[in-house]
Amino acid sequence: MAAMAETGSVLLDEAGRLFGDLFASAEARLAAERGEWPEAAWRRLEEQGFTLALVPEAKGGAGLRPAEVWPLLRLAGHYALPLPFAETVIAAALWARAGGEVPAGPLTLAPALPGETLRLDAAGRLSGRAHAVPWAGQAYIVASVTDARGKPVLALLPPQKEAGARRTLGGDPAPDLVLDGATPEALRPASASLSLPHGWLALGAHMRAEQLVGGMARALAYAIEHANTRVQFGRPIGKFQAVQHMIAEAAGELAAATAACDRAAPFFDEEEGVLDAAIAKARASEAAGKVAEVAHQVLGAMGFTREHPLHFTTRRLWSWRDEFGGEHHWHEMIGRRALAAGGEALWRLLADRPEGVMDEAGEAR
Amino acid sequence: MAELRFPPVRLPAEARAVREKVRAFLRDELEAGRFTPDVDSWGRFDPEFSRRAGRAGFIGMTWPKAYGGGEYSALSRFVVACEMLAAGAPCGAHWIADRQSGPQILRHGSELARRTLLPRIAAGECYFAIGMSEPNSGSDLASVRTRARREGDAWVIEGSKIWTSRAHQVHYLIALTRTGDPGPDRHQGLTQFIVDLKAPGVIIRPIHNLAGGHEFNEVFFDRVRVGDEWRIGEVGEGWRMVTGELAFERSGPDRFLSDYRLLTALIDHLGVEPGAEEVGAEEARAVGRLVAHLGALLSMSQAVAGLLAAGENPAVEAALVKDVGTRFEREIPEVARRFFSGPVRSGGADYFERALGRVMLHAPSYTLRGGTREILRGIIARGLGLR
Ligand SMILES: Cc1cc2nc3c(=O)[nH]c(=O)nc-3n(C[C@H](O)[C@H](O)[C@H](O)COP(=O)(O)OP(=O)(O)OC[C@H]3O[C@@H](n4cnc5c(N)ncnc54)[C@H](O)[C@@H]3O)c2cc1C
Repeated sequence: MAAMAETGSVLLDEAGRLFGDLFASAEARLAAERGEWPEAAWRRLEEQGFTLALVPEAKGGAGLRPAEVWPLLRLAGHYALPLPFAETVIAAALWARAGGEVPAGPLTLAPALPGETLRLDAAGRLSGRAHAVPWAGQAYIVASVTDARGKPVLALLPPQKEAGARRTLGGDPAPDLVLDGATPEALRPASASLSLPHGWLALGAHMRAEQLVGGMARALAYAIEHANTRVQFGRPIGKFQAVQHMIAEAAGELAAATAACDRAAPFFDEEEGVLDAAIAKARASEAAGKVAEVAHQVLGAMGFTREHPLHFTTRRLWSWRDEFGGEHHWHEMIGRRALAAGGEALWRLLADRPEGVMDEAGEAR
Repeated sequence: MAELRFPPVRLPAEARAVREKVRAFLRDELEAGRFTPDVDSWGRFDPEFSRRAGRAGFIGMTWPKAYGGGEYSALSRFVVACEMLAAGAPCGAHWIADRQSGPQILRHGSELARRTLLPRIAAGECYFAIGMSEPNSGSDLASVRTRARREGDAWVIEGSKIWTSRAHQVHYLIALTRTGDPGPDRHQGLTQFIVDLKAPGVIIRPIHNLAGGHEFNEVFFDRVRVGDEWRIGEVGEGWRMVTGELAFERSGPDRFLSDYRLLTALIDHLGVEPGAEEVGAEEARAVGRLVAHLGALLSMSQAVAGLLAAGENPAVEAALVKDVGTRFEREIPEVARRFFSGPVRSGGADYFERALGRVMLHAPSYTLRGGTREILRGIIARGLGLR
């Protein structure tokens, strides 16, 4: 169940092999979590062209469509890469599509939480706070900022080396970004969807939703493997109905989260995609807690150790579900939209998909 | 481990056109006041509505034209089912025949059965019940004891079925009977037959449900003669027939839209008039969560419809749709009651209150009918490779 992705795709097979290979040892992962930048692993990702998957070919990227690239992020979540891979794919695509020159090395996105604003003054200086910005100390930052006229603009900032050492439960860096009159390296106009109230955050949310789905599939695979091999009372614990039902319930959560992400797959930063991205993140964030709970329950004490690799996945599930808005944030946004539309309009809100984009997704399969 | 597949499907142009057609049909029906949208859409029995739906081509859509069908894809049928339920239309009369009995007859019935029954089903005039459960065989369906014995070129059925929905209102049921030795796995020696509910020896007794309604029944067979032409599938193949039927029964939108009109009523109940105070965050979150769940289910179910259209038998995926879908259905009233002050009472004029009351009383059945939650989870676990 390679992250429940469509297997058979050459690109995904190749990516799966590489992702599995990059951090084959737990020691390499732990070193990354202690703060050593995994340069060799990063280089390999870059050399294979995966980081620029969504960047147009004319700009030196692979020029893939969104529906082809989201599964790649799902796969990165499956392998719990301790690298800003997903962030780079999204930030590079945004910056390139806005007409910017994509800098070499990792990239990230700011702000990463609801309700935070960075402001650009008339003299072009940037101020404000953004909390828990993934990899802000190591990566170039593509930031959504509000200019002096109140319009959204994209700004490029170099890595903030002095940003601090705070890390998520997953062990990945996420320092606060505190800007007080910083000068961006470049500015580009933001697309229409990024100017929507939830547009910016929805993009990061969609990214984390895909990673959550990949991570949940991994956690469930650990649980199934353990249930089939751990023997108690003379038989594999997977023979016990209580264990079977826990796993089946988790599989339902994963299936729903997967389907929610698949809905959003045709979109990148189009306006029509914002609601679907919100649904994807809301569903995946909610499912992640349940799936992690079940995986740990099934693995018993072994799953609670540093030796068993489950924690590399579940610690990230516990963090990703709250990054770029947790389910409560997105539930409120979706609910307000549904309430404003009224009961009768709900059906079309969910059932009517924009045909043009769906055609693209259809082709991509 | 086995792979679960929910490949996203795009609605083909045909299905999109059909959607416009069924929406226009439902709009006309509503405007003419021929039905009132309500919860429990596929449980409401309205032969007049079914006949009009049949005339408009919305029943038996995927079947060959020679048998009264429309030769549409399974995705077009999926779209029509969704639209009917979302509109809260009373499609209970034809639902079972369209969803499972008809397809079963088409694939495994005799030519005579196909010719006599399918066109009438498609016309919305001929309705079916499911004859699986017995007093001593619920979840353990393979243990059924109703027997069919061969007598010349006919069969004689003896025994009884229970919980048979709408047996008192429909024309036929498909009975699962024992015709031979169970074999080591107990799945051998079962055979399905189409039984005319007007046939001599069929006795139907009502069983009232907890809400006071008469929906299901007990059906007795006292030496009921059935011609061999009314057999479904080969003799002894009944288990395979039943499990194939269940993939259709479990994966459809009726497993998460039973109380959809309560969700829309909740939204209208909480929604504010323009200019009035904003909706509270708690209300918005509660609704938003349900909407997110619904969006995911719609995609899951559509993916399974795509697999069925491609001729696959996604039994495990179908079980997942039903487990997740019915869990969602049961949550809607629990969320809705948080925003209703006091106990729900009869005799009120408010639709939200009536729908909430009706759904609360019916919700226990969602996770029983069509295979209990526990049985589904066993199927899912095995499908995931738990040995
Ligand atoms: C509204 C309604 C309409 C129905 N309509 C029809 C119909 O038209 N035709 C028809 O044939 N049937 C119909 N049914 C019957 C339905 O299919 C059965 O109720 C269902 O299969 C369960 O059987 P049971 O009720 O005998 O419960 P039981 O099988 O006795 O189960 C009782 C409880 O024990 C649990 N249980 C049983 N076995 C196991 C096990 N191995 N592991 C774990 N838990 C287990 C069940 O999950 C359940 O919680 C209908 C039921 C309802 C409620």
